[in-house]
Amino acid sequence: MTELYVGREDEFEDRGRKVIAHGDLEIGVFFVDGGFYAYENKCVHQGGPVCQGRILNRVVEMIADDKTSQGLAWSEDEVHIVCPWHGYEFNLKTGVHPGYKNARLRPFDVKVKDGEVYVVT
Amino acid sequence: MDSGVEQTRELPQEIDTKTNTRDILARETRYQKEKGFNDWTIVDVDAHHSEMSSWREVVEYLDDPILKHYANEFQARTGGAPGLSNHMPGLRYQDAGGRIPHQTHIGEAVDDSVHHRDVTLIRRSMDAMGLDHQILFPGNLLQLGTHPQPRVEAQLALAYNRWVCERILPVDERVKTLLYLPISEPDMCMKMIKEFGDNPNVSGFMITSVRFKPVHHNQFIPIYRELEERGLPLAFHAGLTWGDDWMKQLDLFISMHAISFVLCNIVHMTNWIIHGMQERFPKLDVIWIESGLAWLAFLMQRLDSEYLMRPSEAPLLKKLPSEYMADMYYTCQPIETSNMALTEETFKAVNAETQLLYASDWPHWDFNPPSTIYDLPFLDEKAKRNILGENAVRLFDIDTKKPKTA
Repeated sequence: MTELYVGREDEFEDRGRKVIAHGDLEIGVFFVDGGFYAYENKCVHQGGPVCQGRILNRVVEMIADDKTSQGLAWSEDEVHIVCPWHGYEFNLKTGVHPGYKNARLRPFDVKVKDGEVYVVT
Repeated sequence: MDSGVEQTRELPQEIDTKTNTRDILARETRYQKEKGFNDWTIVDVDAHHSEMSSWREVVEYLDDPILKHYANEFQARTGGAPGLSNHMPGLRYQDAGGRIPHQTHIGEAVDDSVHHRDVTLIRRSMDAMGLDHQILFPGNLLQLGTHPQPRVEAQLALAYNRWVCERILPVDERVKTLLYLPISEPDMCMKMIKEFGDNPNVSGFMITSVRFKPVHHNQFIPIYRELEERGLPLAFHAGLTWGDDWMKQLDLFISMHAISFVLCNIVHMTNWIIHGMQERFPKLDVIWIESGLAWLAFLMQRLDSEYLMRPSEAPLLKKLPSEYMADMYYTCQPIETSNMALTEETFKAVNAETQLLYASDWPHWDFNPPSTIYDLPFLDEKAKRNILGENAVRLFDIDTKKPKTA
């Protein structure tokens, strides 16, 4: 077990991130809703640098009680990371694609000690 | 800090439209070295540049003084570049709302004091993806086949062809093209084949598939005959349109794109096969570009089934439609792999080991780096090498002794 140094906790704003490299291993560390989440910077699709993509809320479609569509909206609580190569999207708290549970990013544990953030590999 | 903690280096947080192409594709560069196929011969049979970014240069190559006047007048108007072209604004959804920045805009810094900006961008992508050779196509001009003014289509095609042959292709001998044929104007096509057919940077010619002309019509036969006699391949490059009645029912880009890129080549392929074009032009090499691969197994079975019941309607055929289809060439992009068993069967059906050609489609949003072929679990090394490069080397008679980096 190795701990990789990421940075100071107070460097992260909400929805902030750092993408770090240790040798050939690249990891994105995200701070979302008060929690840290870390994933390998490698998309399960074709290996793209997924952690360096845009952070956007999930798009949801509003369906009324009568099953009619009322249009699209941003989710209020689900935040996605979007792979910049092809657009694969993953929930930042789970690392899972919204429609294909087998497509999931490789997660890493994150530790915060004395205000310093580390990724455990 | 605790002992035993490893230090790290920080990477850019986000890739955007200003990011250097080599950085966007850095993972592919490293992966090829890691897996050891970075020294294989890799030929990219379908990549694009943005001719609209150079539109002021392109329209200067127009012969017609009145069209040139219109083109220059359009430049001064809000919205800019596409004056005279029939580019549909709705197709700007390609980047998924800015989620895929290399599709949005290639805005990286380039010193264009020596070479055209496009040449530098092409070289960066080729080097990053380990490409030895590349077949380059335009972008928005692939829509030109539906231009309401056939003469304007032909004149723009001629201007683009002259511009790309003079300004872009001569700089790097690794980069070739299959030149645009405006088949709405067959006489212009013949003129183009004669003007450019011997150009060493022209590996063949291309018909854009987004058009509503039956490709077997007698008016096009001289074009195919001329290409066959010259030994020049003919490609059908698929594209997207929201302009036909079927596509108008698909009100999301994802739906239109998924079907449009395939439907156009299904229609042209059906005419090509059923009207016996492979019997009439047995030595003409035909390439079907950018429809993915999943459509092929469907169409092979569909046409075989119908042909066996109705041979009197396709009297030129001497074998099954699927057998003719397996004689032609296909680019692999955008490859469908969500069901790998179906992908494997499709590879078998089209004789992929000899007929499939790697294509990146860079810089478009659904591009495939070479690793997509390398990583396929059902191919042996010989098949991978053939698809990534050797099939194209044989088809286009490419000199592989040239260096990988310009």
